[in-house]
Amino acid sequence: MGKNISFFKGFVSLALTCASVITATSCSSGGNIENGGTKSHVVVAGSTSVQPYMEVLAEEYVKFYPDSAVDVQGGGSSAGISAVGSGIADIGMSSRSLSESEVELYQFTTIAKDGLALIVHPENPVDNLTLEQIRDIYTGEITDWSQVSDQFEGDIFPITREEGSGTRSFFEEFVMDGQRITSKAIVQSTNGTIRTLVSGNARGNKQAIGFISLGVLELPGQNPVKGLQIGGVAPTTENLANGSYELFRPFLVVVGEEREESTHFIDFILSDTGQGLLEARGLVRIDGG
Amino acid sequence: MKNFKEKLSGRVFLTLALFSILALAVITIFILVQGAPVIGKHGFAFIAGTSWSPGNGEFGILPMIIGSVAVTLGAAVIGVPIGICCAVFMAEFAPSLMRTIFRPAIQLLAGIPSVVYGFWGLLFVVPFISNHLGGLGLSILAGSVILSLMMLPTIISISEVSIIVLPSTYKDGALALGMTHWQTIRSVQLPAAKSGIVAAVILGLGRAVGETMAVIMVLGNATAIPSSVLEPVRTLTTNIGIEMGYAEGEHRQALFATGIILFVIIMILNISAQYITRNKSKSLKIK
Repeated sequence: MGKNISFFKGFVSLALTCASVITATSCSSGGNIENGGTKSHVVVAGSTSVQPYMEVLAEEYVKFYPDSAVDVQGGGSSAGISAVGSGIADIGMSSRSLSESEVELYQFTTIAKDGLALIVHPENPVDNLTLEQIRDIYTGEITDWSQVSDQFEGDIFPITREEGSGTRSFFEEFVMDGQRITSKAIVQSTNGTIRTLVSGNARGNKQAIGFISLGVLELPGQNPVKGLQIGGVAPTTENLANGSYELFRPFLVVVGEEREESTHFIDFILSDTGQGLLEARGLVRIDGG
Repeated sequence: MKNFKEKLSGRVFLTLALFSILALAVITIFILVQGAPVIGKHGFAFIAGTSWSPGNGEFGILPMIIGSVAVTLGAAVIGVPIGICCAVFMAEFAPSLMRTIFRPAIQLLAGIPSVVYGFWGLLFVVPFISNHLGGLGLSILAGSVILSLMMLPTIISISEVSIIVLPSTYKDGALALGMTHWQTIRSVQLPAAKSGIVAAVILGLGRAVGETMAVIMVLGNATAIPSSVLEPVRTLTTNIGIEMGYAEGEHRQALFATGIILFVIIMILNISAQYITRNKSKSLKIK
């Protein structure tokens, strides 16, 4: 069997070599005409929560600096950070704080703050929950809307993200406070599907509750959802910026070795233009601007 | 020269055939190497454990095994009677014009991508269940409905063939003895085609157990052991599908281990289908 595997490896590496030779040739010929073959290329990988914002930033960056190319990929925070470690990516995106071991290995920069909004159907009369109530809903202790509201009743259908998701671990850390999310909770793997389930028009959708990134709370052209106030504070970017809304997390970029092209791109993200782009899409800028 | 060509072509075909076997071997070994350590470490608790919480180091997949069984059985309850009746209709009742329309239509049903089934289920079946039966609609029932449709083409085409290939003397003899058409179907043809039909059902079940994309959208994916068909559930396949994105370390190995269990289940189903059809051809020869 070992022979077969090495044969397979050989085949793959042969194919890859062919591919890279072809791309290298085409790249260098194109580059020579434009700028002497020094087109800078930055690979960004990591958190799928940060990814859509990074794509917008990359698009704008390339407009400002046509000689550069930014390649944005997903994969998740942990994968992005380890991709920087192994040199596959120049910049990692993370939607969680770095662990102690990661802090020793990498440099990180906070590029924005993202809020986490608890959402219900617009026709759900509940406007406000306390953190304790949310926790009890997600542990399965509170199972009926009548336990948190005198205007509404029926089973509560809590919806959560999947194990390993940065959004879920953030929720577990700041809301669940060490307690476990009930195994009866519906599990969905994207902000979008949670939003769809909460905003749907069937009877059950009105009894659902979920959590999504504040940046996708209001999406033009999609069914609206209602962001719940937490302890009387509404999930708005203003409340997030002034610190009164508690549920927020940092969006980070992570680099390993210093590289000019990476630094230049990160400077762009932190510039007024970059921060403005992030703010326009529902994030809170880091420069206070 | 001609001899050389013959030999060469034989070798080329052999090499290409080996490639497909090689693919199977590479995948199998990869899954085993990745997944076996977790099964070794947790042992029986991996299969019998009721708590799946990778963050806390708990990897019990009993809820997913129950989920897969429940959704697949549900699909069989809905899909098998429809499939067999449809096969009988096609083999015995349908005028040839209708048959020429039905057959490609049913083949087309097999060609619809599973993500389309899932999307349709999410937008149509799930709200329907929520509105009329309660709950959020993401449920065993929704998954079973979708899977029953997806296993229909397998059940119908294999069952139909196994009825058609019966020696015509069976039917002629029964009719000559004064049996009605329905009596002939019920007491002669269906029993005679039994092994083929059972194999069709088992292959259909295999299709249902292995399906991922369609059910991930309509099952709700909760890790609790369900107590009714209206509750959300997670199957073995969707456990891998929904968590593979961010899984690292032991969590990822546990997902591969889930794949091993799935692999074993599907292998058992396929082997039993083959065993049944082989027995059938033997028994026909004796007759």
